[in-house]
Amino acid sequence: MDFDLIARVFVYFARAAWITVELSLLSVCLGLCLGMAAALCKLSPDPWLHMPARVYVSVFRGTPCLIQLFVIYFGGPQIGLQLEPFPAAVIGLGINIGAYMTESIRGAILAVERGQTEASRSLGLSKSQTMVKVILPQAARLMIRPLGVNTIALIKGSSLVSAISVVELTYTAHRYIGSTYRPFEMFLLAAMFYLVIVSIASFFIRQVDRHFVMEI
Amino acid sequence: MPGLDLSVLPEYLPMLLLGLMWTCILCVCSIAFSLVAGVPLAVASISRNRWLRSITEFFLWIFRGTPLLLQLFLIYFGLPQIGVYLSPMVSGILGLGIHYAVYNADVMRTGIVAVESGQHEASRSLGLSRAQTLRKVIIPQALRNVAPALGNNLIALLKESSLVSIITVPELTLAAQRAISDTFRPFEFYIAAGAIYYIVNYFLEMGLKRVEMKTALAR
Repeated sequence: MDFDLIARVFVYFARAAWITVELSLLSVCLGLCLGMAAALCKLSPDPWLHMPARVYVSVFRGTPCLIQLFVIYFGGPQIGLQLEPFPAAVIGLGINIGAYMTESIRGAILAVERGQTEASRSLGLSKSQTMVKVILPQAARLMIRPLGVNTIALIKGSSLVSAISVVELTYTAHRYIGSTYRPFEMFLLAAMFYLVIVSIASFFIRQVDRHFVMEI
Repeated sequence: MPGLDLSVLPEYLPMLLLGLMWTCILCVCSIAFSLVAGVPLAVASISRNRWLRSITEFFLWIFRGTPLLLQLFLIYFGLPQIGVYLSPMVSGILGLGIHYAVYNADVMRTGIVAVESGQHEASRSLGLSRAQTLRKVIIPQALRNVAPALGNNLIALLKESSLVSIITVPELTLAAQRAISDTFRPFEFYIAAGAIYYIVNYFLEMGLKRVEMKTALAR
């Protein structure tokens, strides 16, 4: 175990870890927006909203994330979409996790008892008022845990973007394995950073969850 | 090369299907490994021996908190450092297998704990040892309880198998990349590979639903 080497490359891994964090945060935001929109569309009776949402969720949950990233980054130029690696990664990861978040959000919304919807409508609130003011606040509590699971999956899934040459943790590990021939040390370093990032994210998610639960 | 040219697909379809065959072999082996390895991990993580429990928890924590790709690199690039040289296919099977064994262990542990303690008490009082109780009474019920969750893990395994293309296993994604290096048409071939994954995924889901119906405990 070459600790001297670890000390020397530590700073590069730290920088890459920050890229991983940035990437994950941006993708989660994109995913949440897409997920919320698609969840509401999927719950809508209008087939023009309902069917595209179903197709979106089915396609992006049913195909590998790596393939999706490759289509966007390598296939994009063929249809006029030239993207740098980092934006392509954010879009690819965001669209992918959005499909999973759609189901998490939709599940939470459906778990709010029908009585709430019926009562609001009979009090004269419109469908959108009911959704925004009554259902979603109650569903928000139930969404936290599944969305948290999605987020952790995203953080780990961000390792895939190393294949489209985004300089994040896994890419850095691969690169330094190639130049130092000490894979164990590089794995250890990258693993340590991932575990720290995942642990911090889990901590925040648990805190948010506890905060909501205590409001009963 | 801008624009789409779907006519290149038929010529390379055999190449993609060969890759699909390797994907299926890879997945079947990994699924088997992950299910078999998941059971002892689950049992060890609720063991009465504190030392065994801690070691197992630590191992599970590391493999749950790090990405599959990194674990594949550890096996494929890291093991040679201690003299163990594995082929890409074996590394892929091992990597996917261990990663999903860890997820399956978590699921199975939930299932084992969820089997009502009455079962355990009854078997012990009938004279079965702890090991026999686990093997013949608890685990079969636990597995039937968590079959849907295990099925979800299997579906995830199929999709994540595309990662092993990065350590040069000749599966579907790598086959698509080879076709692309011939024709310079990434969009068509990655979409085609995606479509093949989607179709296989669909059949896997159908199959798992039938298994779930058969193993679901009558409530």
